[in-house]
Amino acid sequence: MGKTIAEKILSNHAGRELKAGDIAICGVDFCFGQDGTSSIIIDSFRKLGVNRVFDKSRFCMVIDHSAPSPNIGVSEIHKKMRAFAGAFDLGLYDIGCGVCHQLIPQKGHVTCGDLVLGADSHTCTYGAINVFSTGVGSTDLAITLASGKNWFKVPETIKIIVKGKLPKGVYSKDVILHIIKDISANGATYKAVEFCGETISAMSVDERLTISNMAVEMGAKAGLMEADEKVLKWVKERSFKTPHPTAADPAAKYAAVKTYDVSKLAPQVAKPHAVDNVSDVTALSGTRIDQAYVGTCTNGRLEDLEAAARIMKGKSVHPDVRFVIAPASKEIYLDAVRKGFIEIFIKSGCIVVAPGCGPCVGTHNGVLADGESAISTANRNFKGRMGNPNSFIYLASPATVASSAITGRITDPREHKNRL
Amino acid sequence: MKHCARRLKVQDNVNTDYVISGRYKFKIQDPKELAKHIFEDIDPEFAARVTKGDVLVAGENFGCGSSREQAPQALKSAGFYAVAAKSFARIFYRNAFNLGLVLVECDTDFIDDGDELDLDIDGGKLKDRAKGLVFDIKPIPSVMKRLLRDGGVVEHFKKYGGFNFE
Repeated sequence: MGKTIAEKILSNHAGRELKAGDIAICGVDFCFGQDGTSSIIIDSFRKLGVNRVFDKSRFCMVIDHSAPSPNIGVSEIHKKMRAFAGAFDLGLYDIGCGVCHQLIPQKGHVTCGDLVLGADSHTCTYGAINVFSTGVGSTDLAITLASGKNWFKVPETIKIIVKGKLPKGVYSKDVILHIIKDISANGATYKAVEFCGETISAMSVDERLTISNMAVEMGAKAGLMEADEKVLKWVKERSFKTPHPTAADPAAKYAAVKTYDVSKLAPQVAKPHAVDNVSDVTALSGTRIDQAYVGTCTNGRLEDLEAAARIMKGKSVHPDVRFVIAPASKEIYLDAVRKGFIEIFIKSGCIVVAPGCGPCVGTHNGVLADGESAISTANRNFKGRMGNPNSFIYLASPATVASSAITGRITDPREHKNRL
Repeated sequence: MKHCARRLKVQDNVNTDYVISGRYKFKIQDPKELAKHIFEDIDPEFAARVTKGDVLVAGENFGCGSSREQAPQALKSAGFYAVAAKSFARIFYRNAFNLGLVLVECDTDFIDDGDELDLDIDGGKLKDRAKGLVFDIKPIPSVMKRLLRDGGVVEHFKKYGGFNFE
């Protein structure tokens, strides 16, 4: 019988043939935690009573969620992480290195066919480079850190075929928001998703990472894509690990198959307070905003900064708007400096903050006041997500966010058609 | 065993940011302190009403979003014995059983705040004494039952030196 990508990767790591619904103990190729989850990883690891990690080359911690630290409580957690890393000689990406979901693939820790666990729900991001990666809690992660293993229920898979050439001003972020609107916030719970089709094939790896990143917003365990030449080139440039490209069999059995034609798709915006509460940008044009944000594990990559810079070049941020930008890693920041994007941002009135999660998780770098609205390239707009339950968050592509920052109102990026 | 139902104002898609906001979970490590702030953004008076042994009552997709283990940890520290919901998000589902917090999937539409509940996990029934209604619980997977019986995944792991689901 044919197998899905999820069934194949999990079978390869269990040492036996698995199908959806099976439960198996699998070896894990890489695992990690961030500063919102590592404190409990460390506590749970100590409770396990083991005195060694299974393989220090297969684990790291990333300080990204509140970096640099905004308060004493967070500083204590960072100190605890540094001490743990020092005691066991473990990899630690400290403040300023960037967001975990940019660093883990960019630094070559993962490659095609790998099985990866992260103590962060957006670990599904690396599905775009053919990695079965999923988020777990801190104690699950501690067990993998101690043993190199964990237990998995093999998920059923929903196949999503995307076809059609994206119109100007419409990006991978718009595609995934459109899909989440249709599938809903829990339409893929307990399942894996496979994204395929000519639209995905035409996308760069950066664009694909945006799509897989948001698979968890419809409840999915993984957001997988096959490894084509672009992906193999991308991982080989970054990782010494041997890729094991893993494709679905033609006769693979799916829980559902959905097809989306995006050739006439408009830019999409998710409205407060749910990611599946999505409209065409045109339905919201004129909605006042107080803050704009480009960054995060969803859209803080070089192509995202480029899309925003093209729109901002020679323009000014609206006087009533704060426009915050956080490159997803130090390397992206440097590339953006070299390409002149950072100068464009600063001259147009944007504030560029340190690589990291920035204001997305509401700890610092742009907490909203009561009644304020933000438009952001992040992946979540839950009430209170940006630090204030009495504020409102809209999610969109970098081009829509930049266009809105100029006018102070939610604005269709297609109004800047010579800048797209 | 008798429990008191604590029904949330918001029923569906209650995410882990709502269980415990990032405002607190990033800087507070003490679960008892975190427990004071559960559901603050959607129901600020809720935390003060919880007493030990209560059952939290919610709708579809409870615990979606962030992987934060502080969510089930804070619910347990607040005194909840179990969460009854129509469905759960997967990371929260694992996290709860790993910590020994019971999750039961059943119809929760007819349970009101303050109702007295009987929970029979082995028999697969949740009884609402106030209404005289009995709800079937979706069978808890054997792996989860095993983790509960061993007192959570850490104790399970220590007992067997790894996983033992045989």
